[in-house]
Amino acid sequence: MIRRPNTLNARCCCCRASMDLLLPKDTQTYSIAVFGVQTVGCTGAVRLGAELLRSCYCSSSSWSGPILLSSPCDDSLAGTFKAAGIEDVQYYRYWDAESNGVCVENIVHDLENAPEQCVVVLFASGHRPTGAELSQEDWKRVAEVMVKRQLFPFFLIPAQGLCSGSLEQDAWPIRHCVSLGLELLCAQSFSHNFGLYGERVGHLLYVLKQNLLAVQSQAEKFVQTLWSCPPMEGARVVATVLSNPAHLVDWQESVKAIAERCMLIRERLRERLRLLGGPWHWDHIIKPGGLYCSFGLNTQQVEFLVQKKHIYLLPNGCLNVSAINSRNLDYVAESIHQALSSKL
Amino acid sequence: MGLRDGDGGHAAGVEVTSPYLLGVVRAYDHPNTKLRAYRTDECQPWVLPVVRKVEKMIADDHSLNHEYLPILGLPEFRSSASKIALGEDSPAIKDNRVGAVQCLGGTGALKIGAEFLRRWYNGTDNTKTPVYVSAPTWENHNAVFSNAGFEDIRPYKYWDAGKRGLDLEGFLGDLESAPDHSIFVLHACAHNPTGTDPTQDQWKKIADVMKRKSLFAFFDSAYQGFASGNLDKDAWAVRYFVSQGFELFCAQSFSKNFGLYNERVGNLTVVAKDQDNLNRALSQMEKIVRITWSNPPSQGARLVAITLNTPELFAEWKDNVKTMAERVLLMRAQLKEKLKALGTPGTWEHITEQIGMFSFTGLNPKQVEYLVKEKHVYLMASGRINMCGLTTKNIDYVAESIHEAVTTVQ
Repeated sequence: MIRRPNTLNARCCCCRASMDLLLPKDTQTYSIAVFGVQTVGCTGAVRLGAELLRSCYCSSSSWSGPILLSSPCDDSLAGTFKAAGIEDVQYYRYWDAESNGVCVENIVHDLENAPEQCVVVLFASGHRPTGAELSQEDWKRVAEVMVKRQLFPFFLIPAQGLCSGSLEQDAWPIRHCVSLGLELLCAQSFSHNFGLYGERVGHLLYVLKQNLLAVQSQAEKFVQTLWSCPPMEGARVVATVLSNPAHLVDWQESVKAIAERCMLIRERLRERLRLLGGPWHWDHIIKPGGLYCSFGLNTQQVEFLVQKKHIYLLPNGCLNVSAINSRNLDYVAESIHQALSSKL
Repeated sequence: MGLRDGDGGHAAGVEVTSPYLLGVVRAYDHPNTKLRAYRTDECQPWVLPVVRKVEKMIADDHSLNHEYLPILGLPEFRSSASKIALGEDSPAIKDNRVGAVQCLGGTGALKIGAEFLRRWYNGTDNTKTPVYVSAPTWENHNAVFSNAGFEDIRPYKYWDAGKRGLDLEGFLGDLESAPDHSIFVLHACAHNPTGTDPTQDQWKKIADVMKRKSLFAFFDSAYQGFASGNLDKDAWAVRYFVSQGFELFCAQSFSKNFGLYNERVGNLTVVAKDQDNLNRALSQMEKIVRITWSNPPSQGARLVAITLNTPELFAEWKDNVKTMAERVLLMRAQLKEKLKALGTPGTWEHITEQIGMFSFTGLNPKQVEYLVKEKHVYLMASGRINMCGLTTKNIDYVAESIHEAVTTVQ
């Protein structure tokens, strides 16, 4: 049974709706409490979560880590935690260059050897920057280790619904952890799945067993010093859509359409690359869904694509597949093929 | 917080804080002067007519989208907001040494400014640099600077309760005795919570000492236009400091003067000594923004930028601002007159000498309690009232209640 706080802030509709998207009321769980805080995008949610961890975690008023981030991860993530005073940032292996995918064995090994009670940042879906996902079986193994070693999950879910096309599937790892009785934080973003990038609509969910009001009060204190209160416009749109059955259906269709387009692009890209020949395998392109895709390119190959072919991607070789369309698909495929086959 | 199987020792040491009130909603017919927002004579929030107009324009403009803004914010908002603070023909703007960061309201602007100063102001670790805030000041000033890492936040004398006015001597004394290079948070106009501003001559004296002792001026400008009804008049202090060659920060809020409270429209204006220093400061601020909120929200900034950059909308906005300011000035005048007419003991000149949304009435805590409990007139324990809570319909009741409180409670 999930207890939700009675004290509501002015943006409670957005918070309620955000919470329900992650943890529907009929979720069978241990007795836990949840509260949510509307934030300035996902970054704001991470920053607020970091401030809360520093001031409350392990009954410390100044907890400084360790926190484990995936390797690789978004370059600003470490900086956000450090800015909140969590200095001890470590990494667990996520991307495996040899298999061009995520290696759950490495993750489990690194978590088994992590200090007890450390905080672990996990992407529920839509991993940045690799786009590589864990299967539900993999998640069960990861969650088991989290329980065994008393690790605290801090989930990020930047694009719920866009990875698999299903809101439920993309949130499954969070629900699974809650069902195991884990306390956790979760930073949500509505930038991608609502296209409301510039309106900065984010949400921080906190699932905990006790001291709901005390921690909620700390959260309010930190919000006061960061931005006083979050912006309304985008939150109003999200709340209106999520709480209206007809709008909700429309929105889910839009999200599904985006996810399907991304999957179609991935399939076409794989097909082009396969036809261009070479020893490489391209199945890993279509395994995950979502916006981001990693090609296993090295630094020189990435530089070649950026400087010579004017195809812009992240330094680790990850690109946003939605930038590919029918007019540039051939060019992108040929350029990637060239980058891999030339002696650079 | 955290996992403690069995002992349930979750967050045992976490204290419940009392976040300061954002404004208590009471029964609509009880005068509520605790709130922090403008209210009409019907005691309703007022969406400025120019804001409604521009909101529709934005909604109908299909060339606009919801893409991320740059990290430092919407360029046309930043530059037009800075011009509002410093003046269209500011020499500092002409010298290309003025820049800005779009922030989440005035709080966000203070936050980014504080985080920058802690890292870069005078050497690379300014945690021990004293930060001075007025006594009293807005409740959140202390928390913003403290959370940014400053360990030494001190009050400077400001309010003289005896004479119900500015304690200039105390203020100047604290400036003199402050360590050189200390940071001073100054209210640009309509001091919160006292409503008492230095005169122009007094500002000149303050600036003299600050210049001599290399004290840093961090202006908080939340009420430009709202205080006197005139944008330039309300910006006089900031512009004077710039003319005296100060490098300074000005945290601007468009919450009150645009009524855009919940859209979080703020701007940190940076006046540096030259363009090179400006660029360095902005580049560091970009890094700070990136790990705080990544980039700012679009809607409110877009609205303000369109309004400030379109002559007829700008004129309409200034008119709307004047409407708000004039209603507040009217309430001040009427309250003072009614208290004098009732023969309420004490002097009440300070009601009209003070400016802006707030007034320090001088009522003591017992008198405040009487007003709240017996008369259902809501105000802060400090005796601060928000003039916007007064209307033509309740002003008689409020004046009579204050009279009762002063005459029956000591």
